[in-house]
Amino acid sequence: MADILEITGLSFRYPDSPKKAVSDFSLSVPEEEIVVLAGPSGCGKSTLLRTVNGLIPHMYTGEYSGNVKVGGVEVKESTMRDLAQKVGFLFQNPENQIFMFTVERDIAFGLENLGVPRAEMRDRVDEAMRLLEIGDLALRAPHELSDGQKQRVALAGVLAMKPRLVILDEPTSLLDPRTAAELVDLVGRLRRELGTTFVVVEHRLDLLVKVADRIVVMNEGRKALEGTPEAVLFGDEAEAYGVTIPSVTRLQKMLAADGRLPLTGLLSPAELARALEGERR
Amino acid sequence: MIEFRDVSYVHQNGVKALDGVSLRIGSAEIVAIVGENGAGKTTLVKHVTGLLKPATGDVVVDGQDTRKTSTAALSRKVGVAFQNPDHQLFSESVEEEMSFALKNFGFAPELVEQRVRWGLELFGLEEYRKSSPLVLSGGEKKRLTLACILAWDPEVVILDEPTVGQDSIQKEKLAGTIRMLTSSGKTVVLVSHDIEFLWPMQPRVVVMKGGKILGDGPAPELMQDKRILEAARVAQPQLVEFGECLRERPEVPFADPLEARRWVEKSSR
Repeated sequence: MADILEITGLSFRYPDSPKKAVSDFSLSVPEEEIVVLAGPSGCGKSTLLRTVNGLIPHMYTGEYSGNVKVGGVEVKESTMRDLAQKVGFLFQNPENQIFMFTVERDIAFGLENLGVPRAEMRDRVDEAMRLLEIGDLALRAPHELSDGQKQRVALAGVLAMKPRLVILDEPTSLLDPRTAAELVDLVGRLRRELGTTFVVVEHRLDLLVKVADRIVVMNEGRKALEGTPEAVLFGDEAEAYGVTIPSVTRLQKMLAADGRLPLTGLLSPAELARALEGERR
Repeated sequence: MIEFRDVSYVHQNGVKALDGVSLRIGSAEIVAIVGENGAGKTTLVKHVTGLLKPATGDVVVDGQDTRKTSTAALSRKVGVAFQNPDHQLFSESVEEEMSFALKNFGFAPELVEQRVRWGLELFGLEEYRKSSPLVLSGGEKKRLTLACILAWDPEVVILDEPTVGQDSIQKEKLAGTIRMLTSSGKTVVLVSHDIEFLWPMQPRVVVMKGGKILGDGPAPELMQDKRILEAARVAQPQLVEFGECLRERPEVPFADPLEARRWVEKSSR
């Protein structure tokens, strides 16, 4: 499948900073992939995301070299208006993103700005609410909703723009574990149903490994590691770059090193216990 | 140190955020408050600092009724790092941010300088001393709010979602800082969804749901209580869940979750 996102030899330095925030970074993301971007705080993840949604170089200036292409078109040669329809961005805190008086007005906000005709706007808003199962919230005031619901409203606003690429910035960090698991399942379902590509920034990988195709780890502006979730989490390097290895995965690795079970697939606590049960027979 | 006596609080929109909460937290205790979004955790914290006053019941901090004490006087005793650091950072530079409260509390200039240096070093923020707080990453901003609070040495330290935006290395340092605080006699209250971070510290766990306290007890006990955890939508720590699956096989050494934890810890060193 074609690459929806193509970054080649990208470097960026903010005007006041002595060192590059992103340094000779390359990454290709084919359509319908879910890629997790991890790495220590201050490693350049946020800067990288800004080069994809166009905030760099359209809003933040600095020393820019290399190429970022979304859907085959250079970001630096696209208008913010075009980019807004191609790349959706969900902030960590949905409160930074929702502000209208009702949920449906909030979801329609981006479309209104683009001047989408009323009938089409209605259809797209309804479709986004259906996908996120929030139709019953249409007329509620966003500030009265729970954090999980707010997140869904913000994501509905993003999806109503029909972006082919959606960036999620630590989407689960403010959610309780159950609500977070529901959000991750939702991401998997949207990829299946809409063919959307997701780039997810996250430190916590225990939930995301279920749906992710690939993990990319950044360090000091560069790509430090890249591979399948198994390859990265079973490897020895990820931890040094600040990636939280789920404790059950660490235990699985140790048991495998002890020769008690083969190192195949990331197991949940219950699955790992069952694998040890098998050992007895 | 902190006492809630049958405290209720109703938000302006009519939602009962605290519903008959009674809770005593002693000096040098480490307490984790867990529960789903909207359970009332942050509202509880805001009562300790006097930002919110109870509708009914009393909140007493270090012997003082929060209704009769100024927020300024309370904040000398209770330092809170809120969930969203953007609500807490407002100065032109990181060093001004750090010295703001110290100056307000009347610390001598040499002491202000010493504490600023100490805090920036402890949280790895020295290189940003002259920078605007706005250029910091989300995780760095959180560390800065924490440094600001620890600098004035409050008796009670409350951290609301401290691990958000922190990588595993920073989380480990944070756990070390928390251990340092409790061993120096501070009361530490942690509000967090990050059960994998909380559990190894073996805190007292207070489980909240719908403004009520659903469970209160030591971590080993509560983290096994599936009924309470399910009801409050709190995840069980992975190693506890693993251990429970192996309850029938006590001969497996890591069936004991704390033993498993030590084992895993050792391997990663």
